[in-house]
Amino acid sequence: MNTAWTKNRGWGQMDQFTINLLFVGGSFALYIGIAIWARAGTTSEFYAAGRGVHPVTNGMATAADWMSAASFISMAGLIAFVGYDNSTYLMGWTGGYVLLALLLAPYLRKFGKFTVSEFIGDRFYSQTARIVAVICLIVASTTYVIGQMTGVGVAFGRFLEVDSTTGLLIGACIVFAYAVFGGMKGVTYTQVAQYVVLIFAYTIPAIFISLQLTGNPVPALGLFGDETGTGEPLLAKLDGLVSELGFANYTAHHSNTLDMVLFTLSLMIGTAGLPHVIMRFFTVPKVSDARWSAGWALVFIALLYLTAPAVGAMARLNITQMMWPNGGIGGGAVAVEQIQNDPRYDWMDTWQKTGLLGWEDKNGDGRIQYYNDTNPDLEAVAAENGWVGNELTNFNRDILVLANPEIANLPSWVIGLVAAGGLAAALSTAAGLLLAISSAVSHDLIKGAINPRISERGELLSARIAMAVAIVIATYLGLNPPGFAAQTVALAFGLAAASIFPALMMGIFSTRINNVGAVAGMLAGLIVTLVYIFLHKGWLFIPDTNSFTDADPLLGPIKSTSFGAIGAAVNFAVAYIVAGMTKETPQAIKDLVESVRIPRGAGVAQDH
Amino acid sequence: MSDNSPNNAYWSANMRIILVSLIIWALVSFGFGILLRPLLSGIAVGGTDLGFWFAQQGSILVFLAIIFFYAWRMNRLDREHGVDEE
Repeated sequence: MNTAWTKNRGWGQMDQFTINLLFVGGSFALYIGIAIWARAGTTSEFYAAGRGVHPVTNGMATAADWMSAASFISMAGLIAFVGYDNSTYLMGWTGGYVLLALLLAPYLRKFGKFTVSEFIGDRFYSQTARIVAVICLIVASTTYVIGQMTGVGVAFGRFLEVDSTTGLLIGACIVFAYAVFGGMKGVTYTQVAQYVVLIFAYTIPAIFISLQLTGNPVPALGLFGDETGTGEPLLAKLDGLVSELGFANYTAHHSNTLDMVLFTLSLMIGTAGLPHVIMRFFTVPKVSDARWSAGWALVFIALLYLTAPAVGAMARLNITQMMWPNGGIGGGAVAVEQIQNDPRYDWMDTWQKTGLLGWEDKNGDGRIQYYNDTNPDLEAVAAENGWVGNELTNFNRDILVLANPEIANLPSWVIGLVAAGGLAAALSTAAGLLLAISSAVSHDLIKGAINPRISERGELLSARIAMAVAIVIATYLGLNPPGFAAQTVALAFGLAAASIFPALMMGIFSTRINNVGAVAGMLAGLIVTLVYIFLHKGWLFIPDTNSFTDADPLLGPIKSTSFGAIGAAVNFAVAYIVAGMTKETPQAIKDLVESVRIPRGAGVAQDH
Repeated sequence: MSDNSPNNAYWSANMRIILVSLIIWALVSFGFGILLRPLLSGIAVGGTDLGFWFAQQGSILVFLAIIFFYAWRMNRLDREHGVDEE
């Protein structure tokens, strides 16, 4: 029988399942309570939630909005199993805030409208430009939700003790209910509460593990500290261990340098092109506050992002040492009997149920050998010891953060807290994106373009339908995701990078770009990037319809996740060429651009 | 923007500050973190080298510094050129 749920780690007679439910339920009750207490009644109140709020508070809310399943659940796992090469996620998802603060936020705030597509529609004096921007936003946001659903599936699969497909279906229903409940999304204080839950859930287990391994209570410093057992630097020890097992050296650079640069750049400019982040800077009280707010948002994001590489490296060390408990190959691999009976290995049993972790004693020696069986250097070692292949057959990267406190044998309440944090991250961002999609469809597309005389009830109904359609699509594709949560989210960033960011930047920094140029640029950037992604990940992300793989991409070393930077360059180039061949921007629009560039005269943000 | 605009000096000062900030932004991430890492490999930091630290932590800390510097500098520039919101 499964001992993990009945095992007692303190907290009286409660089992882990009950404790998880208490933490998850308690945190949700808190969010709903705050949402009711500070309910937004009207549209303008909903948007104005950011106004009159201190930049620090606003920064915290932005951070909660921003950090999703990709940051919380997925990222550290991708770093853990790859090492230095995946530093791209760390630099990419923080470096974008520099672009946002320097190139977009203050000007969009001065412009004084609520949505990205409104800015593009007004600046490029074109209804077509507005609709194209809406389409770009819908495509990027939908891809983003697919990544969130992957994370939701992992989290629910684990905590409800079901396989990840069932977990995903249950999670989808909860996300939908959460998004329809709606109003809480705009309430800054709910997001502040979500941030607090999320950051404690991420850092507390990291602090415990850092203390266990290095004696340093700050994980970010522990990463570069010495391991307490041997006095050897933690990273040097990890490098030694993984190299002995034939895996790539953790701290060395193995990936293609060009692809690494382009991927980082895609994530950075994608960050500055995603509507739900940009929107937060529209409604701060002043232009000067927009500049500060971006900084405070990054402070709160950095608390997680500086911890994440420590979580990854330390988890990798813990896992490797559990599989080789007697100090490397010489001491022998872990015995199957130990995995079954030793309570420290219970996590393997519970995670196996999700279908995201698996092992098999292929050579029947009663031990589980974890090594890189694709590395020719290990063939001799394997032959000598009678190994017939890696026996830790499946270790999904997305489970690492959630399994981490169990792997490190931390108390029950820490495991419950991580459950609450992971769900807060995934659900809040997924629900926020669904809201963004539904309002883009109902407000910008149907009311703004197709049928301006639609009734308020009709608009609301179409918003609900759009939300339902988006979640069905995201759930279906989430069952066979194009990658791990963070990789799928990275594709969404590529799409935003190729379509929205260049249009916003040219709209502010160049008066030359006219309506036709902007539309041509956005379409070219979006289409070329979408086609490149579909060629590698399958058309509409449907499995097995791809012609290329990221292991052997179409254009040299450039993977589909890195193509956003190329798409952005295409967008800029096409916009300049087309604008050069067509009619000049009218003087009224040039004056508008000039007024956007100076802070003086910024009023409060206007509704349409 | 035309050359005789009264805001021209403000805007070109802003452009200079943005340019310098973005050079630093690129230097610590794409530079120290990726392309120039081999040059920094001699400087040891906790079991690895300085390039690894920049890629995983250093760049993030510099990003923070850039944003706060820019906010402070621009708010001052706004007042110097009389284009602030007050």
